[in-house]
Amino acid sequence: MSVTTAREAGMVACHRCELVHNADQTTCRRCAAKLHSRKPQSIQRVWAWLIVGVIAYIPANLYPMLATRQLATTHEDTIVGGVVVLVEAGAYGIAAIIFFASVVVPLSKFGVIALLAWSVTRPSGLSRHSRVHLHEIIEFVGRWSMIDVFVVALLAALVQLGAAASVHPGPAAVCFALSVAFTMLSAQSFDPRLIWDQPESTAKDI
Amino acid sequence: MTLLACPSCDALHDVPDLRVGQRAYCLRCDRMLVSGRQTSLDRTLAMAFAVAILILFALFFPFLSIEELGFGNTTTLLGVAAAFLTGWLIPLTAAVTASIIAIPLMRVGFLVYALFPLWRGGAAPRHAARVFRWSEALRPWSMAEIFVLGSAVALVKVADLATIGFGPAFWAFCAAVVIIAFERQITDSASIWSILDDEK
Repeated sequence: MSVTTAREAGMVACHRCELVHNADQTTCRRCAAKLHSRKPQSIQRVWAWLIVGVIAYIPANLYPMLATRQLATTHEDTIVGGVVVLVEAGAYGIAAIIFFASVVVPLSKFGVIALLAWSVTRPSGLSRHSRVHLHEIIEFVGRWSMIDVFVVALLAALVQLGAAASVHPGPAAVCFALSVAFTMLSAQSFDPRLIWDQPESTAKDI
Repeated sequence: MTLLACPSCDALHDVPDLRVGQRAYCLRCDRMLVSGRQTSLDRTLAMAFAVAILILFALFFPFLSIEELGFGNTTTLLGVAAAFLTGWLIPLTAAVTASIIAIPLMRVGFLVYALFPLWRGGAAPRHAARVFRWSEALRPWSMAEIFVLGSAVALVKVADLATIGFGPAFWAFCAAVVIIAFERQITDSASIWSILDDEK
């Protein structure tokens, strides 16, 4: 199907409020956002945020997420350790939510973002439509990874029972929150228009 | 007719004015471009005020309480954010406060600032469109609903070990989250943009 893009027509659409301007404009006349035909240095920013996101994810898994003290015994749990404890306690539903939000989503996000950034710089075997869908999914799902940080915050605030039991947050919480925020910024930096800028011959499409 | 470029693929479309319930999709990438919705400043503003009142209410009342072996503890929303007030976890306190309290409140504040004068029949305030843009940009960072799901998970974790009590702040916050989700469904940002455009 042949369509004309705003860029080909000598126009630029505001990325914030979608108002269409002539390409010589630099500021949106409606919402005052800076106008760009494509997000500036999109791919560089995607890689930069992604790399710090992956780096922060390593200590997030090595350090304890929380320390639980019951009477005289204290034990510390990492993210995966916490999931194992939940499975042993028979809380499969909760274990699945935490495992999905803290392990499956972050790891697949790293992979998908890298794949998208890689795919727009060379011929890609993935169709454009499926790449657009992948981008929409990670933009939607990524922020839900923050759930484990909130679980820890609530437990640490609530379970303060003097000598009986208490919960304290561990250093992994801050690393994990940073990793989620960095990958959100990475996904936001990706400009899906780049997928469609590739010449037809190099992108398989239906 | 409105000239629109698809936000996903930059394809230009001439989109006719839609009736309520109609949707326009990009011809190339199938992304939804606009949906015809009933714009109602009444409803958007009513929901903004309701969210602000509920969150402010939730700040000053007990959120959850716990009891076990004669020991008890009650926490508030601010107490939850303050859970990270130790050592190098301190920045997380700011992040949690921002994502569950400050950003949701800022978003409704921006909406009220930009739209309330219009609703009263007056002119748009200075920089109304810019302020509405900030409100839209903050959307992904407003995480109240994720916090409520996190609370549910945390509660299931401790429910076997101790007795849990729900405070009024808990219910107020849940109500705020439901209204925020509803607001997302019914607020038609495209038509708010065009209202703000007409005001220029």
